Amino acid sequence: MSARNRELFALVPASLLVAAGFAAIFIQQSQQLSDVSLTYGAVFLGVCVAAHVVVRIRLPYADPYLLPLVAVLACFGLVVIYRLDEEKALRQAGWFGFGLLLFTLTIVFLTDFRVLERYRYTIAAAGLALLLLPRVPGIGQQVNGAYLGVGVGAFQFQPAEFGKLAIVVFLAAYLRDTRQLLVQGARRVLGVTLPPLKHFGPLLVVWGLAMLLLFVIRDIGSSVMYFGGFLALLYVATNRLSFVTIGMALFAVGAYVMFQITSHIQDRVAIWQDPFRPSLVEKEGYQIAQSLFAQADGGLFGTGFGQALLSVGGTPLLPAADTDLIYSVIVNELGLAGACGLLLVYLLFCERGMKVAMLSTDSFSKLLAAGLTAVFALQVFVIVGGVTKVIPLTGVTLPFVSYGGSSIVANFVLLALLLLISDRARRPAHLR
Amino acid sequence: MNGPIVRLYMLIVLLFGALVFATSWWSVFTAKNLRENVANRRPLLAEERIKRGAIRAADGKVLARSAKIDAERYARRYPTGELFAHVIGYSFTSIGRSGLEQFRNDPLTGRRTELIGAVDSLLGERGVGDSIRTTLNSEAQQAAVDALKGRKGAVVALDPSNGAVLAMVSNPSYDPNGLDDGDKFKALATDEANSPIVNRATQSGYPPGSTMKAVTAAAALDSGKYKPDSTVNGANGKKVSGVPLNNFGGEDFGDITLTEALTKSVNTVWAEVGEELGKQTMGEYMTKFGFYKQPPIDLPSGQLLASGERENGRLLSPNSSKIDVGRMAIGQDKLLVTPLQMATVAATIANGGVRMEPHITQKIVDPDGRTQDEIEGERAERVISEDTARDLTAMMKKVVEEGTGTAAALEGVDLAGKTGTAEIDVERDINDAWFIGFTDEFAVAVVLERIQGTGGVDAAPVAKAVLEALGE
Repeated sequence: MSARNRELFALVPASLLVAAGFAAIFIQQSQQLSDVSLTYGAVFLGVCVAAHVVVRIRLPYADPYLLPLVAVLACFGLVVIYRLDEEKALRQAGWFGFGLLLFTLTIVFLTDFRVLERYRYTIAAAGLALLLLPRVPGIGQQVNGAYLGVGVGAFQFQPAEFGKLAIVVFLAAYLRDTRQLLVQGARRVLGVTLPPLKHFGPLLVVWGLAMLLLFVIRDIGSSVMYFGGFLALLYVATNRLSFVTIGMALFAVGAYVMFQITSHIQDRVAIWQDPFRPSLVEKEGYQIAQSLFAQADGGLFGTGFGQALLSVGGTPLLPAADTDLIYSVIVNELGLAGACGLLLVYLLFCERGMKVAMLSTDSFSKLLAAGLTAVFALQVFVIVGGVTKVIPLTGVTLPFVSYGGSSIVANFVLLALLLLISDRARRPAHLR
Repeated sequence: MNGPIVRLYMLIVLLFGALVFATSWWSVFTAKNLRENVANRRPLLAEERIKRGAIRAADGKVLARSAKIDAERYARRYPTGELFAHVIGYSFTSIGRSGLEQFRNDPLTGRRTELIGAVDSLLGERGVGDSIRTTLNSEAQQAAVDALKGRKGAVVALDPSNGAVLAMVSNPSYDPNGLDDGDKFKALATDEANSPIVNRATQSGYPPGSTMKAVTAAAALDSGKYKPDSTVNGANGKKVSGVPLNNFGGEDFGDITLTEALTKSVNTVWAEVGEELGKQTMGEYMTKFGFYKQPPIDLPSGQLLASGERENGRLLSPNSSKIDVGRMAIGQDKLLVTPLQMATVAATIANGGVRMEPHITQKIVDPDGRTQDEIEGERAERVISEDTARDLTAMMKKVVEEGTGTAAALEGVDLAGKTGTAEIDVERDINDAWFIGFTDEFAVAVVLERIQGTGGVDAAPVAKAVLEALGE
């Protein structure tokens, strides 16, 4: 079976999942099964097939599993959001449509994604500007002490979601050029292999800028994500653990300094250490405490779709249930089993992403694919780790599952890039 | 560059492994702790969404039911108000539960341990609890409250053949409706003068006075040392444990039969009998009657008191050297008993000497009308032989026919009984007044707390009213 046909067939289970999910919710809500659930499944299948057709025409050799995996994630998200708020699910479906449009545009107009290499500095500047945007008076918005959103009228978006793409593109392009120099020019000082300052300098500048900006927008989650992505790329490019160690040390110093000077981050860490402290549990620790309580109710197999207790007489019990804490809702309703299923889908997505990187023949493609996948994985880790108290909770979205337009659109672009790289890597040599 | 890519992927796998571990940690391994965390309102909120099953009297009258208070929450209503407050108890999110509501919380909230529970939950059929049919007779309950006429005290009526609780009244009572409003509960709980929350029938220990002589007589006859017509001496002022003991009113009875000694409730005879039998035998029979243990009834153990000799609120061993067995045998000394215990004594004699476990629940019925559980009555143990029971019954009938308990006599009914008047404050003539009695079908115990009166004059008519309401 050709790769595209495999992709097409793999989309069917995802659509069935949507239909089944909606069916479960309808049974919950009205005690009867209506054919509307089948309609939802059919529409979802239609949208997926549309995306598939685009891929079939433009990228016939691309990895056949990435799109179906995203479809499963999207269906997870859509069903849960529908269960939380029907109107939001409709808007979310709209964002999926818009995301697919951008996905298509990316694939059509960026057939040769290597042009990105040429604009690396422009892209880096754009990425940094995006990060800075939430601090611009008038349009910036502060949520829970962090500057994450930008709002113009009714239109809102979270630039950090797009910033991550820009930063990865820049790092991949830059490291492709300098990786040899970084390795060959390295010197051993006191038993530690140090990269040559001349070529490492620009990287340090970018890192420093990112740290500064993150300090300015006060967002630990994105900070971990970006810096983790940076280290991952540095490692893949140079195969030098010592560079990563140095980077980690730098980050530790930066984080310590930030911890000392920003009360926002100190608060976050204190909440993380003991959210149940009586002085915190009804205030700052409320979100994480409620997240854990919700998960405790889930148990092994969950309480069932539509069963989670989310609000008391109109006031929400679980804050931000459709964005930051959507994973807690999933654990509550589908239990540990459902959560493991979801994490497995993410892990499979990452596996395919890394596979794309390994199959690629040129350094830029390898670095770009590995970087995008690493950032994607880190984003999942930051938010799921946050709501399960592995790390301090910060607000990033669960890719393709959380409610939010910016996240979906940005991740569809990420998917488009991975498919572009994949198509080029798997294309027979004479057709490249 | 593929080597580092593979290792990077391994790192991602490890990170995700940590996420799986953390999720299992919270959702499975420490879930119980989290559910019990004081800041976690989820269990209480979930409970409010459950339509608790109704609790009904034996005749089907609704004693407790759940009513919708908004789109998704329910609250408890008690249509009979104060009447069944203690035995049924209450259930409120903010103040907790008591009584049968507490003891039967699992079925009332639809919680089941069997597989069928898991199947139901898969089908989404949850949120409605099982209902409970009790053994309580609403007419007898009402008759007991009326007969108490506002006096403090308690009444317990049992079916001797199976231990079914037919009436359980504690006065003063309270209205469980809206108990969770503001400070209402706190005010009731801190009212030390009246203790309206306390279930006097099962939680309060009273000196049993002469009703204890029924237990002593049972031991005397069953041990074979005495017969109903054994001659005993009822002289006043006999020394018991070295201290002279007086009969009621200082009356001097010469040589009389054991039956007469019970009819006239002669203290000196029964104290002597107690001393003759000894601590060992008395303790043995008391334990068989259910003393020295919490009664095996379907009420929360926090609301039950074990009857027996007590010092500083703590139960003594039946063989303790601190026990004055002679005075214990006539219901004095440090003996404290609950009305439920004395009703059990009466019921055991009525049942031919076999003690049945008291129970309030008759059956548990699921929302579809299927009976989940039916309580037929558990035999606790044989306490005295059938012969002893028959002889003792005859002796106790005399008490009602011609002795201290004539006020309980019912036209055309064979009622056996024993009165008791425990002196609490001799100066002001304040007593705890008792009556225990039984027919073939019913057993009853009545106590009136701190009244100026006696068991024969004041408590016996209450028992009579209850027995009449029960159909005697």
